[in-house]
Amino acid sequence: MAAMSTPSQRLAASAEAASARPILVVDDIVKRFETPDGVLTAVDHVSFTVKPGEFVSLIGPSGCGKSTLFNVIGGLLDGYQGSVSVAGERLAGPHAAIGMIFQEESTFPWRTVIDNVAFPLELAGLSKAERYARARHFVELVGLDGFERRYPSQLSGGMRQRVSMARTLAASPKILLMDEPFAALDEQTRLLLGDKVLQIQQELKQTTLLITHNITEAVQLSDRVLVMTYRPGRLKREVAIELPRPRTSEIVSSEAFGRYVAQIWGDLREEASRGLRDDEKHKRASDHA
Amino acid sequence: MSAPSVARSRVLPAVLGWGTLAFSIVAIEGLIRAGLINRFIVPMPSEILLAFPRIVSEESVLSRFMLTIAEAFSASFLVAIFGIAGGVLLHRFNLLRQATETWVAALAAAPLVLIYPLYLVIFGRSATTIVMMGFTAGLAPTVLKTLEGLSATRRVLVDVGRSFNLTPAQQFWKILFPSALPTIFVGLRLGLIFALINIVGVEFLINFGGLGQLINELAERYDLAGTYAAICFVVLVSVCVFVLMERLERWLRPVD
Repeated sequence: MAAMSTPSQRLAASAEAASARPILVVDDIVKRFETPDGVLTAVDHVSFTVKPGEFVSLIGPSGCGKSTLFNVIGGLLDGYQGSVSVAGERLAGPHAAIGMIFQEESTFPWRTVIDNVAFPLELAGLSKAERYARARHFVELVGLDGFERRYPSQLSGGMRQRVSMARTLAASPKILLMDEPFAALDEQTRLLLGDKVLQIQQELKQTTLLITHNITEAVQLSDRVLVMTYRPGRLKREVAIELPRPRTSEIVSSEAFGRYVAQIWGDLREEASRGLRDDEKHKRASDHA
Repeated sequence: MSAPSVARSRVLPAVLGWGTLAFSIVAIEGLIRAGLINRFIVPMPSEILLAFPRIVSEESVLSRFMLTIAEAFSASFLVAIFGIAGGVLLHRFNLLRQATETWVAALAAAPLVLIYPLYLVIFGRSATTIVMMGFTAGLAPTVLKTLEGLSATRRVLVDVGRSFNLTPAQQFWKILFPSALPTIFVGLRLGLIFALINIVGVEFLINFGGLGQLINELAERYDLAGTYAAICFVVLVSVCVFVLMERLERWLRPVD
């Protein structure tokens, strides 16, 4: 296992995080959708904050409104109650302060790795030499040096997600917002990419909000895990993950890790069961119809 | 992949393609000589080959070739500009799309060559009529495929653009257009096939200008070998247009 921080270092780090003002404030978000069956409340009075440098995960069963919250915070969805603020500025739509990484593969197939990563720098009007130099740094950061001239179709799924991550990081966002970025990958790749995320987060001190349904991933990466209820999505519990940092995927074999997983699964199990029952009820109703 | 296998993978398709062509020519020659194919319907490839110098020197085929290729490129240019613009308009304005998409689709299937008398009245017996006929025939498929390509852009790519706060113009040029390019080029290829058929067909019908007129004249004289040799030049026009199209596509989007 990698070198662990001492208790005094951990205490100092948590005291620093606790004293810092939140960089992201999600305040009383309510989002409803019109459906053929009536109004559906996807997210119901959700509030939380994230402090600078913190890694927070939002976890919940399918249908708990995680992706809705992702789109609301990222500014891709409007027509909701409540507010989202970054560094005191209330957001109304997409904002440069928030960098988004999507669940679905989202590299541009017509651009090489380096051109994908340089995309936000191109938008910022940087010269070709300057944007390539900066993009190369982020390509190296995600461990893809040597693949700069390749096209996404020549890379594996995990490599493509790393390209998306490098592209988002190249925009230097204040908050990295990720929606199940490794959901389509196998478990081993997912754990190894988790290591990469931990390494990047440590190097950049990047404030990160991860939306996921994977308990292992949430515990492996996070300082705090926010557990959501099944529809309507509310915050059920907040779990502080007091595992030592820096971490690697080796931590998944520790006893403390197992306790956190069990604790979160205890909360999630009931919600996931509700979701399952709800799905079955809808299926039966549609079969009868 | 090793260097010899890369070379092999490039050479083999070319060898197979040219080999098949050569084999077909030899087979047709043999079948005609054996009397299995009527030589008064299909001339022997060797006769067609001998007709080339004749139609070059006596029928000014090169200047006619240049005229037809100029008409084809002019029509292609118009098809690309107005076809892509039309597709973008229909994609941008949903009401316009709902109102006209079926009509445009119907237009793509219509035998548009029949409107050549109208164009003769409007533009006279000139190259303009021929270019406009080619343009009219190639427009609808280009509009439709452009619309299809833009509409098929993956939602997540549009969301990436939105997350980077792109302006509508940036969203179009940096995401929608490059994403739709392969489908747009399918539309352009279809459009250019329709355009070229109409260009040569109308040259033939109105007995004006380039290779179509030459084919008409040679057929009237029952010069079968010359007619087929002239048709080879039409194929060459098609090859020129398509090679240029492929280069353009590779330049705009090197890898799919």
